[in-house]
Amino acid sequence: MATASRTRDLDKLLLRPGHLVGPNFEPGPELRDDLGEYARVLVIGAGGLGCELLKDLALSGFKNLDVIDMDRIEVTNLNRQFLFRLEDVGKPKAEVAAKRVMERVSGVNIVPHFCRIEEKELEFYSDFGIIVLGLDSVEARSYINAVACSFLEYDSDDNPREETMKPMVDGGTEGFKGHARVILPGFTPCFECTIWLFPPQVKFPLCTLAETPRTAAHCIEYAHLIKWDEVHSGKAFDPDDPEHMQWVYTAAVKRAELFGIPGVTYSLTQGVVKNIIPAIASTNAIISAACAMETLKIASGCSKTLSNYLTYNGVEGLHIKVTEFVRDKECLVCGPGVLVELESSITLRKFINILEEHPNLLLSKASVTYKGTNLYMQAPPVLEEMTRSNLDLPLFDLMGKVSKDIVHVTGVSCKGDRKTSSLKKLRVAFKGVVGVVDMDTAGGA
Amino acid sequence: MAEPKVKYDRQLRIWGEQGQAVLEKASLCLLNCGPTGSETLKNLVLGGIGSITVVDGSKVEVGDLGNNFMVDESSIGQSKAKCVCSFLQELNDAVKAKFVEESPPKLIESNPSFFSQFTLVVATQLAEDSMIKLDKICREANVMLIFARSYGLTGFVRISLKEHTVIESKPDHFVDDLRLNNPWPELRRFVENIDLTVADPVEHKHIPYVVILIKMAEEWFKLHNGQLPSTREEKKEFKELLKSRMVSLDEDNYKEAIDASFKLFAPRGISQDVRQIINDSSVELHSNSSDFWVMVAALKEFVSNEGGGEAPLEGSIPDMTSSTEHYVNLQKIYQAKAEADFHSVEQRTRSLLKKIGRNSTSISKQTIKSFCRNARKLKISRYRPIEEEFKSPNLSELQKYLTDEDYSVAVGFYILLRAVDRFAFNYNSYPGEFDGAMDEDISRLKMMAYGILSDLGCNGQTLTEDLISEMCRFGAAELHAVAAFIGGVAAQEAIKLITKQFVPMCGSFIFNGIDHRSQLLML
Repeated sequence: MATASRTRDLDKLLLRPGHLVGPNFEPGPELRDDLGEYARVLVIGAGGLGCELLKDLALSGFKNLDVIDMDRIEVTNLNRQFLFRLEDVGKPKAEVAAKRVMERVSGVNIVPHFCRIEEKELEFYSDFGIIVLGLDSVEARSYINAVACSFLEYDSDDNPREETMKPMVDGGTEGFKGHARVILPGFTPCFECTIWLFPPQVKFPLCTLAETPRTAAHCIEYAHLIKWDEVHSGKAFDPDDPEHMQWVYTAAVKRAELFGIPGVTYSLTQGVVKNIIPAIASTNAIISAACAMETLKIASGCSKTLSNYLTYNGVEGLHIKVTEFVRDKECLVCGPGVLVELESSITLRKFINILEEHPNLLLSKASVTYKGTNLYMQAPPVLEEMTRSNLDLPLFDLMGKVSKDIVHVTGVSCKGDRKTSSLKKLRVAFKGVVGVVDMDTAGGA
Repeated sequence: MAEPKVKYDRQLRIWGEQGQAVLEKASLCLLNCGPTGSETLKNLVLGGIGSITVVDGSKVEVGDLGNNFMVDESSIGQSKAKCVCSFLQELNDAVKAKFVEESPPKLIESNPSFFSQFTLVVATQLAEDSMIKLDKICREANVMLIFARSYGLTGFVRISLKEHTVIESKPDHFVDDLRLNNPWPELRRFVENIDLTVADPVEHKHIPYVVILIKMAEEWFKLHNGQLPSTREEKKEFKELLKSRMVSLDEDNYKEAIDASFKLFAPRGISQDVRQIINDSSVELHSNSSDFWVMVAALKEFVSNEGGGEAPLEGSIPDMTSSTEHYVNLQKIYQAKAEADFHSVEQRTRSLLKKIGRNSTSISKQTIKSFCRNARKLKISRYRPIEEEFKSPNLSELQKYLTDEDYSVAVGFYILLRAVDRFAFNYNSYPGEFDGAMDEDISRLKMMAYGILSDLGCNGQTLTEDLISEMCRFGAAELHAVAAFIGGVAAQEAIKLITKQFVPMCGSFIFNGIDHRSQLLML
């Protein structure tokens, strides 16, 4: 009898034909069983969103989940990260979160990864059908976005090949506000196409801090950015060291008194120095639930998908808006890639130099991978040594003498004054290799 | 630092220690602890709500394990209320958690006075008749009420109480209260003592924009019969005038003045919103008037007396390029005026209290101060009794929604959510709840939905076959992710109602889990 089944409610959605569903929806018990058996979902982050996501996905028919997070549990997490208890403080988030969900939802397997996202190889990410992001930083989103987009292949007409597309679902919250979005690389805008949605944080000018402080935050940043270095020559400031924080607070209070500025508190000091984003359980619950629903829809086709960006704002009333953003066809990350045309004699060393000067890349200290193989790695030293001998070989030979292919490079890119580590996709084409070069690239830049 | 302060740090940054204290005093009752109810409570228990009472008469079944995180294998056959309650207690031992093993509709019927002990009732997965009864009980007892329901890929959240007044509405964007177009004597005197033509370039670029704008406005008045720039051309001309006084291109204070000149152009006096509030009939005080309305009555007197048409000054100024000295002095001038305005409002409040036979000190200084600081941002939300909405919804709005493409799915779900209750009343099961009778259920549900619309005098044709079929496909399923979404929204609104901070939603929130074009319907 249907009511005696654990999937009583989910079956309504997965076993019955529908009218407002995805184009590939094939309802039936097989769909439900395949979802449990074959669908692999990676959750990035086991924090406020991650805890919710793991629970929501485990109760949405997914049985193979992985979660990656480099952080350990802190007391300030406990007001919203409901899988953690006071006695868990100090333990890795990914491990505790995975264990707690598996304890309560039988049949679900969650593999935790207690490490940085950058520590995983590309192959690790390629194993998952869908990547769900529960992050609080623009940099981490950008990185995962680049990884997922790097799997996308384009045909000779620059059309994306759907079978190589790695969908992402991304959530983010701040206080009573949040967003959830679906990224189908090559089909809907990727994180980088709409990077302007995340404007860079405004920093106070140093001269204001040093000469004309007006607010409590100015006094705190003076103590944190200027006074600390003056007094503690060479000792790095550690925001997680309570003694360091106390020192900054005391110094800020003194400065505020000197200028007659009110409002310096310990709590504000922490907020300014650590750039604390306020966070509550309910907003995380809303955003994660929307992300989990979309993940289920992408995997099963059981309903239409969000197209493609949802914002939630609960400050004044309740505002939920869906915006359909458009792709940036020139996007360096999800686009067909930057075409780099080379002579077949060019060595890997020369190639790395070319990347540094390439106007669309300006990428220095590049590490190069081809089809998952490290051609040259700048770090760690062991890998550098192992791959160093490749530097003087022609790239053409290292790539198995194909006329053109995708190469992944990571390095430091400069945007104005900001240096960020970035991963780029290149379409390398060799000139004068007879008969194999496609028309579209042969005529390229 | 004390443990709870660290634990709640990330939310204290939103609603402050005062909001937290109110939350920790609140007692909440949950009706039905399926995933929608359980998830709502989870969010509130984590935040440290004072006490919870979970009411549910059912036992845990295998099917519950698939959608409710708060029950597990060991719960099967046990009271659902008990199991959910013990999991919730595990989340936060500071919360007092109780459960009552009884069916909510029966409790509503048999023991209406049960509900008067709570601050707020969250009623989930209730059918229409129970909702109507509970709404009456809670209104009578002055208990706040939130309805929440998940149903397949749809659901709703609806607040119900007579009136909710907010002092600290904390809007994201609000124009600063600088009185540039109406400076009081002290501010004018301060401005007069600063020379815009000072020769020292460092001094020149550290004159705060408040001073620049007030001075330039005076210059403008002389040429324009005391009138502020009003037309687009005049405003542009004024900005050009500002630009012409820059001595170098890197003067941030002048750039800020140009950007902030709209604050100068704004009309004097109170806004439409504030006017509407002070003209509300509730300012006619009686002995049972709430503190809020007593203070609004005092505000009304203030505006037409000491205020000279303005609300009390807020007293804080935004950061702006300035020397420290000018900025700190300017801050003091604004604070002094705000303090003086507060004293006037306080006096008026105290004498009004006396007049209506109440203790003149029954409203704290702190409350009056906060009221004055937020006088321009006061918010009032009123909610129709649910029965009124069901029986006579706002027809012009309903007609509008039915024909508006952005609203058609949401309003369709609204009607269908009511239709499924009628269906269940007539056939003892929800449409599509069991496999096998789908086609029949679809046509029956369609009849019900058309019936509801035609009773209201609307045309049923606007409901699409697709949506009706989808509703039957849902078969009253309570999907975990949908429940988590609805529970998140319900908890968010509960926090706003309890802390009396921010602005709760108005109308019925209809969740659309198909393409996420959810809507608020004002019926």
